[in-house]
Amino acid sequence: MGEWPLYEVFVRSKRGLNHVHVGSLHAADDEAALRNARDVYTRRNEGVSIWVVRSDAITASSPDEKDSLFDPSGDKVYRHPTFYTIPGSVPHL
Amino acid sequence: MPGQADHQAHFDEVIARHDRIEPRDWMPDAYRRTLVRQIAQHAHSEIIGMQPEGNWISRAPSLRRKAILLAKVQDEAGHGLYLYSAAETLGVSRDDLVAMLLSGKQKYSSIFNYPTLSYADVGTIGWLVDGAAICNQVPLCRTSYGPYGRAMIRICKEESFHQRQGYELLMTMMRGTPEQRDMVQESVNRFWWPSLMMFGPPDESSPNTERSMAWGIKRNSNDDLRQKFVDMTVPQAQALGVSLPDPSLTWNADRGQHDFGQPDWDELFAVIRGDGPCNTQRLAHRRRAHEDGAWVREAASAFAAQEEPGHG
Ligand SMILES: [Fe+2]
Ligand SMILES: [Fe+2]
Repeated sequence: MGEWPLYEVFVRSKRGLNHVHVGSLHAADDEAALRNARDVYTRRNEGVSIWVVRSDAITASSPDEKDSLFDPSGDKVYRHPTFYTIPGSVPHL
Repeated sequence: MPGQADHQAHFDEVIARHDRIEPRDWMPDAYRRTLVRQIAQHAHSEIIGMQPEGNWISRAPSLRRKAILLAKVQDEAGHGLYLYSAAETLGVSRDDLVAMLLSGKQKYSSIFNYPTLSYADVGTIGWLVDGAAICNQVPLCRTSYGPYGRAMIRICKEESFHQRQGYELLMTMMRGTPEQRDMVQESVNRFWWPSLMMFGPPDESSPNTERSMAWGIKRNSNDDLRQKFVDMTVPQAQALGVSLPDPSLTWNADRGQHDFGQPDWDELFAVIRGDGPCNTQRLAHRRRAHEDGAWVREAASAFAAQEEPGHG
């Protein structure tokens, strides 16, 4: 018998917030993964909602291409509000 | 199985404590419909909103201004995408939303049906139009529907650059020649009233406001937000050295707020009906862009289909 598939677990800690990745676990199927995630990651009211997704369904960027992937935003300082000089005397801007 | 009454009670309780409704929660049909309409209209506005400024990208006066304007228009496209994906959590499809924009079945903000006649308009739009949008959007970060609120938080973070680049552009022009200063004043004269209309009709003729506020979708009334915008903008106009084209605009010391005139509401309703200066052009352009992009979508699907077997 092969190893159970790996699942990534995401927990929403309270209403209004995004689900955040908390870790992973092995389980026989989706439903079992959800039950196990509750027991492994939310034993102390850490969450109000859980997502589980099979790790092999996730496409991730590779650390090697980090530079080329994020380079394009590196030299665009004008995307930041602090690039623009506005006198402190002008309110609400 | 909990019944309808239990569902409703739970929903009411979440709303009453100003908490958030999340996609898998039960919600009344009318709440869902209202949200779909509002979020879709908001998304469409971001997408159509690229056009008035996009008009000037190829004619920006310097490389610096061109890079800034490109970045800003690109942000607006991103805002549209954040909002479409928030709407999709309510069970509508992206294709249906796009179709409703293209067929004119769903609306977008009336402000984008006004033309941009000079480069000063790029500055004025950043200052006044994005400024009014910020006034509307900041309270929406606390809207009762989780995915909508989270999209608004992302958007609001990016809007600050939009408003500041506009104001900085206008400051630069105001330090220029008399002709440049006139261009700024002329632009502000054209955009002032349409900017005030962005908050929607007066409260007494905005029938859905009360229900939206009871549901926590809207957190402030149209008139309250309009007042706030005027109060914030007046000192900015003074610092810039432009006048606002409203003879009845004065400080009311008793209220601690400005008194100001009412926009021409008949004009707003005419623009919403489709009779604004650029309605036809905006939709025609959007349809053309959509059709011209068909080959890209087809090519991407064909490429994915070809890749698929190997990757399983
Ligand atoms: Fe935007
Ligand atoms: Fe913007």
